[in-house]
Amino acid sequence: MPKAVAGPEIERLIQLLARLPGLGPRSARRAALFLIKKREQVMAPLAAALEVALEKISVCRICGNIDSQNPCTVCADPRRDGSVIVVVADVADLWALERAGAVDAKYHVLGGTLSPLDGVGPQDLTIDALVTRAHAPEVKEVILALNATVDGQTTAHYITDLLQDANVTVTRLAHGVPVGGELEYLDEGTLAAAIRQRTPF
Amino acid sequence: MEWTDEGIVLGVRRHGEANAIAEVMTVEHGRHLGLVRGGAGSRLRPILQPGNAVRVTWRARLDEHLGHYTVEGLQLSAAAFLSVPHALYGLAHLCALMRLLPERDPHPGLHAALSRILETLGEPRAAAVAIARFELRMLAELGFGLDLETCAATGTREDLVYVSPKSGRAVSRAAGAPWEDKLLRLPAFLVRESERAPSGEELAQAFALTGHFLSRNVLEPRGTSLPPERAQFLAAVARAVPAA
Repeated sequence: MPKAVAGPEIERLIQLLARLPGLGPRSARRAALFLIKKREQVMAPLAAALEVALEKISVCRICGNIDSQNPCTVCADPRRDGSVIVVVADVADLWALERAGAVDAKYHVLGGTLSPLDGVGPQDLTIDALVTRAHAPEVKEVILALNATVDGQTTAHYITDLLQDANVTVTRLAHGVPVGGELEYLDEGTLAAAIRQRTPF
Repeated sequence: MEWTDEGIVLGVRRHGEANAIAEVMTVEHGRHLGLVRGGAGSRLRPILQPGNAVRVTWRARLDEHLGHYTVEGLQLSAAAFLSVPHALYGLAHLCALMRLLPERDPHPGLHAALSRILETLGEPRAAAVAIARFELRMLAELGFGLDLETCAATGTREDLVYVSPKSGRAVSRAAGAPWEDKLLRLPAFLVRESERAPSGEELAQAFALTGHFLSRNVLEPRGTSLPPERAQFLAAVARAVPAA
């Protein structure tokens, strides 16, 4: 067993940092050392920010987004188009769409996709809440912005089936060639989908 | 330990930031799992989709280890199913059926049957026929095969239209007439090839038959029930195939 080179507080900090995505034990050590060296400039504000986040951040009761206010900033924004709901699997997808600035609508975060292998069923996702929202008279369109994977699209079809009696148009994202994508390096499935969904030029 | 085999991806579970654990139905090594380095990355994710045919090389220090897979895509069918609801539900149901098999137990016949089904999965009637037959075959592979060759009461091989829900044996029309409402229907396409495409009603009868024995003999003893994807597949097929 290797000898400890630092006190338990530092070891604990390193262990916790190593749990963050993208950080392994080695990079967690570097981050811990950096924080310790920059106690006043970085560590103290970071600790304060974490404390505030822990206290204030919650899951939006309407859409499942995370924010420091409830309903979240997106749901509370009156300028957004309330007739369109963009359904995403995860908060990270919501943030990605917001970065793109392509749609100015409300969102619904499912909390994942149906996955038999991981034991994720409809009851583990916020599908019931989505169906309830979609039945509101002001909602006209539901955009299924789910991953182009078997799990993502199975979830999309499942939701489409449930929304059949709602008075909404259900749409999904197009599948095809990404910006900057070179045909030579694309997989056959993406190319076939792109050809099937070609548009007039 | 090292081997190379062909297989069909049944599922993928993310493992950490960049890696994934792939579940593959291989020809000679059965349902086998392995860690794929970079499996969560953009290069391998299109390949590691359920339904895709792949060539895998598995390496581990000991046979009982999880081991590492190196994966090469052979036939990437999954993308063609993404916009077809019955194909996706059918695929999910097939993968759930394959998970009834013990790990690392070779079933080359089931692998071959699964490969053939994937070729027809896009067409709802053909997919339903193939999956109903596959369920029958799965029952047989698990040791609960039905005897659909001769009548349980008279021994005749002609006009077999019922199956006993207790014994799983076929019953002829004449012998089964008094118990018609208690017997399961046996649609002809389950026992022999026919030029005539089965109707939606016959497909429903076939799935009622296989569903009964799958539930009673395989799933209930394990404390589970028929996967919801099966019901969704049947609903999608019923929408696409006329009942009569």
